[in-house]
Amino acid sequence: MRRVSVKVIENKVIDLLQEAACILRKDVVVALQKSLLSEKNVKAKNILYTILENARIAEQDNLPLCQDTGMTVVFFEIGDDIFIEGNIEKAVNNGLKKATRKFGLRNSVVKNTINRINTGNNTPAIIHYKFIKGNKIKISLMLKGFGSENKTNLFMLDPTDGLELIENKIMETIEKAGANACPPFVIGVGLGGTADKALSLAKEALFEKIGVRVKKEKWAINLEKNIIRKANKLNIGPLGFGGKITVLDVKVKYAPTHIAGLPLGININCHSLRTAVGKI
Amino acid sequence: MKTIRLPFNEKNIKDLKVGDIVYISGEIYTARDAAHKRLVNLLRKNKKLPIDLKTTIIYYCGPTPAFKGSVIGSCGPTTASRMDKFTPFLIENGLRFMIGKGTRSKEVEKFIHKYKGIYFSAYGGCGAYLSKKVIKSKLIAFPDLGPEAIYCMEVEDFPLIVMNL
Repeated sequence: MRRVSVKVIENKVIDLLQEAACILRKDVVVALQKSLLSEKNVKAKNILYTILENARIAEQDNLPLCQDTGMTVVFFEIGDDIFIEGNIEKAVNNGLKKATRKFGLRNSVVKNTINRINTGNNTPAIIHYKFIKGNKIKISLMLKGFGSENKTNLFMLDPTDGLELIENKIMETIEKAGANACPPFVIGVGLGGTADKALSLAKEALFEKIGVRVKKEKWAINLEKNIIRKANKLNIGPLGFGGKITVLDVKVKYAPTHIAGLPLGININCHSLRTAVGKI
Repeated sequence: MKTIRLPFNEKNIKDLKVGDIVYISGEIYTARDAAHKRLVNLLRKNKKLPIDLKTTIIYYCGPTPAFKGSVIGSCGPTTASRMDKFTPFLIENGLRFMIGKGTRSKEVEKFIHKYKGIYFSAYGGCGAYLSKKVIKSKLIAFPDLGPEAIYCMEVEDFPLIVMNL
């Protein structure tokens, strides 16, 4: 049994927060560079260039990529041969408080949806836990901005509905988001489970490497390719000013579901896809 | 490169067209959801506002805090459509110029056109880049709102795209 103190978790969370907030993921940078080369529309090129310049400045000066440093979402995968000493939730939130002060993140969290009093320290984070075999802890952290989060959709389709309707619903969601969610997007799609599980899968999908097809069932890979192709014909383009690139990638995750259901969760991310993953 | 030294006046905006990229220099005031709600409430109660709507350019933005000696943190635009519900009333009370990102409702577009206002888009998701265009920043009102307070930002060559006029 390996013992791990929550202090180690707290410090790891602080490092991951800086990385996610200030350093644009390399696969996203590559996708944006490819988009810049393929776009013909002058405004679209100008916008993509500025987005890349923004990433360079943010990394160089340790500035947040976007002023919406989001709500912090953390997915833990904890080995079953580990004993954690201390309260994980407290450790994560302490790390978040410290990182917020240290790296100039924004206090973007209010205590509840009605009184809307700012918590003053950017906590709490939203934390998910999963237990796996082994003696490691994997921490997948995301800063989810709400410009894109506000365009999330859930569809409880019929079990006999097929891929065509699924594609239509995803396309509908992308079109409705339009300029307001800062395209070009990375789209997370979750299929299966219960309603909340489908949405959680959609968010987890955003951690997958973009620009490559990750191994999964053929129908899922085809779904990803079809949506990329169709969405890039919409001419929404970078920041909605027109262009060939509306979507950088689409990632599908799936899980078993009920015989009477087909939950479809769609989580859109803007061009500032901010995730960081660490292991203890 | 079309540059405009603020404030906007009849002369420096008369040739602007939708889609134009302009670079502004001068003072803009941040105000987003919570501040808009307060401004509208103050107006409804006939109370004095902390800003003069007629001469103020409102920037829908909640910046990250200034730190390590910087003037301001990351300061890109937030989604303008969330302010649509407050905007016609504010325009009727003098507001003319707004900066945000994304599209406005048909009703807001009509009001902007009728009252000869302009809505601009700043570059969404480019807060670090835009922070370099800010020379000064000062808290003006509603400090309890934290990042949603009203700040006066003095900007230099701040890029905007004309969206509605």
